[in-house]
Amino acid sequence: MSRAYTPKVVTANALIEGDVVYLTADDRWTRDHAEAELIEDEAHAQLRLLKAGHQRNIVVGAYLADARRGPNGPEPIHFREAFRTRGPSNYAHGKQEGAARV
Amino acid sequence: MYKYSDFDEAFVRERNAQFRAQVTRRIDGSLTEDEFRPLRLMNGLYLQLHAYMLRVAVPYGTLSARQMRQLAMIADRWDKGYGHFTTRQNIQYNWPKLTDVPDMLDALGEVEMHAIQTSGNTIRNVTADHFAGAAADEIEDPRPTAELIRQWSTDHPEFQFLPRKFKIGVTGSPNDRAVTKAHDIGLRIVRNASGETGYEVIVGGGLGRTPMVGQVIRPFLPKPDLLPYLGAVISTYNLMGRRDNKYKARIKITVFENGIEKFRDAVEARFEQTRREFSGVNPKILAEIEQSFAPPAFRNAPDGNFDAARDADPVFRAWTETNLTAHRAPGYAIVTVSLKAHGATPGDATSDQMRLLADLADRYGHGELRISHEQNVVLPHVHKSDLPALHAALKTEALATANIGLVSDIIACPGMDYCALATARSIPVAQEIATHFRAIGLEEEIGALKIKISGCINACGHHHIGHIGILGLDRAGVENYQITLGGDHTETLTLGERAGPGFAYDQVVPALERLLRTYIDLRTDRNETFLDAYRRLGAEPFKTALYPAEATRDAA
Repeated sequence: MSRAYTPKVVTANALIEGDVVYLTADDRWTRDHAEAELIEDEAHAQLRLLKAGHQRNIVVGAYLADARRGPNGPEPIHFREAFRTRGPSNYAHGKQEGAARV
Repeated sequence: MYKYSDFDEAFVRERNAQFRAQVTRRIDGSLTEDEFRPLRLMNGLYLQLHAYMLRVAVPYGTLSARQMRQLAMIADRWDKGYGHFTTRQNIQYNWPKLTDVPDMLDALGEVEMHAIQTSGNTIRNVTADHFAGAAADEIEDPRPTAELIRQWSTDHPEFQFLPRKFKIGVTGSPNDRAVTKAHDIGLRIVRNASGETGYEVIVGGGLGRTPMVGQVIRPFLPKPDLLPYLGAVISTYNLMGRRDNKYKARIKITVFENGIEKFRDAVEARFEQTRREFSGVNPKILAEIEQSFAPPAFRNAPDGNFDAARDADPVFRAWTETNLTAHRAPGYAIVTVSLKAHGATPGDATSDQMRLLADLADRYGHGELRISHEQNVVLPHVHKSDLPALHAALKTEALATANIGLVSDIIACPGMDYCALATARSIPVAQEIATHFRAIGLEEEIGALKIKISGCINACGHHHIGHIGILGLDRAGVENYQITLGGDHTETLTLGERAGPGFAYDQVVPALERLLRTYIDLRTDRNETFLDAYRRLGAEPFKTALYPAEATRDAA
């Protein structure tokens, strides 16, 4: 029996700022993990990654990261991906800086 | 200070103009990321976890006050108002935008700085003893040698595509503060029987996933032979080094797999040729380099109120006991300014701190600053009569922490807070250790101790050679920290031994407290450091302290 597919999001870094971005279902790049498209099918994930790879003037280094469904949208699973949604732990810089300003 | 020649200046300006055009072509789509990546890395620009990172070379760790002010300006204008000083004496900016980097490089060029060869498979920034030109124990200032190598290796056509990166460290003192035995090539300035100075050449050292202690390949190399000999070593490595496996491509593996004898024979054969072809360094250029590192005009003056201030102010006294090192000139001291205030990020300096350090260097330190591989800033030449005023001024920017060489003076790599390669965080571990041991009042009691933390096996945080080394790993999706004991970063370089299974993130500080309380219980007296006690007693009592449950089980 094949193992259940762990859902994925497509993530990358923005070309100009280097900030972490995620691919949405309507083909935008968002800076918010919860807005990402949660991909539950392996073949679809490969297609979405391929699409991301073609947007080479917008993003760099696209890859698939494990994620799960949460109450407000997809949530990261691995701690590295959790850090990428926030920023560093020693200063309130990166995404958490923007969040604090809102 | 070494001053750029017209040639240096034109070269850096042209490289910056090339990079500006490359950035434009990347953004308009003419260059793919695969094409652009090697170009940006050649100019020190990495893409990290949350942003780009620009690594700027601080050659042999020496900075002028003017350069430090410019680093502060760059931090304010294009970054987030701070910079991170690294274990290779460089500075990294953690938040530049791709479109701003060409302007940052031009601003660096204005003060004779750049980011060339701070990445890539080339000869990297040459590091040196951070007390060079000041230390009482020094045979000779290593910086003219380091500068000569910098000029020779920058854009060297033969060495732009080595199997892997290549790091050279130089010391002029028998007490090695430049970790020469953990470099691809380490150079120690030594004196031979007839009193001439030359180099002991060490090859094949390194940390990373396969740590190795460098071996002496030449006990005494006459100074005029330096460049042809380095050329022989590196070109031998360039041919013999492995390119099939990135993890076996450093010279330490080449030396290890071939054996030092075979490697030495190959180098000597090549050296016959390189020496024959070498026309010698232009004596005028050599004289200019040596002149630019001439010591400043030290003043001969009484110590003033230095002793009285020590008697009157216990805070000042404590600082003088930890943060000063013996200077060669009478009446002078070497000041290490701690970038490790308890709870601060090791190696980080705000732009205000950088400006204050620049001003204090001008006022009290002959305009000179150093960056140490231990991630502190050094004012190498301060007259003792100026120390009370200097200390008072440092306090205004939280730079007067009296902890050099103590438990809180920790080396930590950026770890997973910034680095794309990291497997776990380093910085918050360092912050918690520093604040915890101060809070429980054990810092002074523990005394001399080197804790070094890396957030992955690449070992930028030098964990193998910490008295206590901490290595952050990813174990099944959870941060996990391995502890090594008994490492030594000096001329008696020793790799630490892994104590046992790793600890969860929140168990590292409690484990260290058990370890260090055991050390205090077992030491003969306060003069026996942790490392001395470890060497006398062996690993067992310390392992028992780290893993009490296992010890109980074994005894049962």
